[in-house]
Amino acid sequence: MQALYAQLLVGLINGSFYALLSLGLAVIFGMLNIINFAHGALYMMGAFVAYFLLEYAGIGYWWALLLAPLAVGAFGMILERTMLQWLSGLDHLYGLLLTFGMALVIQGLFQNYFGSSGLPYAIPDQLRGGVNLGFMFLPIYRGWVVIFSLVICLLTWYLIERTRLGAYLRAATENPTLVRAFGINVPRMITLTYGLGVGLAALAGVLSAPINQVRPLMGADLIIVVFAVVVIGGMGSIMGSIITGFALGIVEGLTKYFYPEASNTVVFVLMVLVLLVKPTGLTGRAN
Amino acid sequence: MLDAVTAGAPAAAAVDKPLLAVENLQAWYGESHVLHGITFDVREGEVVTLLGRNGAGKTTTLKSIMGIIGKRSGSIRFGGEEIVRTSSDRIARKGIAICPEERGIFSSLDVRENLMLPPVVRSGGLSLDQIFTLFPNLRERLNSQGTKLSGGEQQMLAIARILRTGARFLMLDEPTEGLAPVIIQQIGHTIARLKKEGFTILLVEQNFRFASTVADRFYIVEHGKVIDGFSNSELQSNMDKLHAYLGV
Repeated sequence: MQALYAQLLVGLINGSFYALLSLGLAVIFGMLNIINFAHGALYMMGAFVAYFLLEYAGIGYWWALLLAPLAVGAFGMILERTMLQWLSGLDHLYGLLLTFGMALVIQGLFQNYFGSSGLPYAIPDQLRGGVNLGFMFLPIYRGWVVIFSLVICLLTWYLIERTRLGAYLRAATENPTLVRAFGINVPRMITLTYGLGVGLAALAGVLSAPINQVRPLMGADLIIVVFAVVVIGGMGSIMGSIITGFALGIVEGLTKYFYPEASNTVVFVLMVLVLLVKPTGLTGRAN
Repeated sequence: MLDAVTAGAPAAAAVDKPLLAVENLQAWYGESHVLHGITFDVREGEVVTLLGRNGAGKTTTLKSIMGIIGKRSGSIRFGGEEIVRTSSDRIARKGIAICPEERGIFSSLDVRENLMLPPVVRSGGLSLDQIFTLFPNLRERLNSQGTKLSGGEQQMLAIARILRTGARFLMLDEPTEGLAPVIIQQIGHTIARLKKEGFTILLVEQNFRFASTVADRFYIVEHGKVIDGFSNSELQSNMDKLHAYLGV
């Protein structure tokens, strides 16, 4: 039983990263109509910014949680303004190629300077150790990652589904021309949206740094699964991508316990099944 | 009718100088040239209707004024200011608002969100209470999904949301299309009320009978040009011409 709970916890942690990343992808896809293949590279950059802050400026984890998403988000906004914006109105394929190319360039540059091996990033003092829950031992940092990710996901959901700013965002996803004709600077909103999605990826990167080490290819490994999660959940829905992210993490964890051989493929098997039955994904709208 | 606006004219003369002056407006959808030189004007407080057959360029004219059509040339002066090269969000901020033909109600927003969506661009817009007095149905449907409303309610919502913003120049694109007579009547009353409160309205209509009850002046659009224009009082003497233009 101990092993089952341990795998469930691993699943929840992976699910947290899936949720944060697929949420960002969904937000970006809705507004920019771009499948952001650079998402994994930007997640990796988040972890590296945290690493740089600590190594070169002595700025620790807590500030990194704020500063890394801001820095990487700003970098993303520069990418959007200089490159992505020119693709609006073109086929998905162009955005896919451009962002895939950006991912390769970014990852290549980091590999060039830092190699492929992982750089250590310590768990902050306040979150060291663990608690015995009676049925299992819970490392505090891992519990923190799950709860903090969940809170961020729900805040993002609230921002998009329940606030005035979110109403602009949803409306502009449907009909950007009309929203602009009401006096809203839609191009600026698109840039900020890309910054938000990318910032969420960077935040996931910071959260992941103490668990998975900081590696140039950490995003490339993860993003493949995240895309499967997005396909299963359906691109259109915010809550859908959050729930699917956590759920698939748990499914993976359970598979590791009951049938470890399938744990790396279960998500893709599910993806195939969902695509066969409902090609728009579980929560996606036909478009 | 196309007198040049005298710069720095005293405010008292504002009644007679056009609020909107469109001159030789040309517009393109991609490669296809749709407007071939539209010229007309609208004075403050007037209700002006563009009439014409399907595909004549009426909707494109409204969209061009709003800045939604990518490629346009000629001159559009609003309050004396040239806006033919201004982006649509800036044009909206100058106090022009559009109620599009397809109504543009957002399905991912509820009625309240749809109503509150357009930002207030200046003071002097209608309060929510005033809007609910005009359109009592909307108050009861505030929490419904925008596109779950009936066609008439969606039209009212599309008009109501631009009344909040403080824009004093409203462009309504076929507000009566596909609606029941009793609702058309309600929209007619609304336009008359708005006119009384000093709004300036540019209307596109296929329904000539409806337009004749609310408009001060008419322009006939054909093949992307304004080919004729007359006031409501000249309507009877122009009926034969009008029938020929509209083919009714």
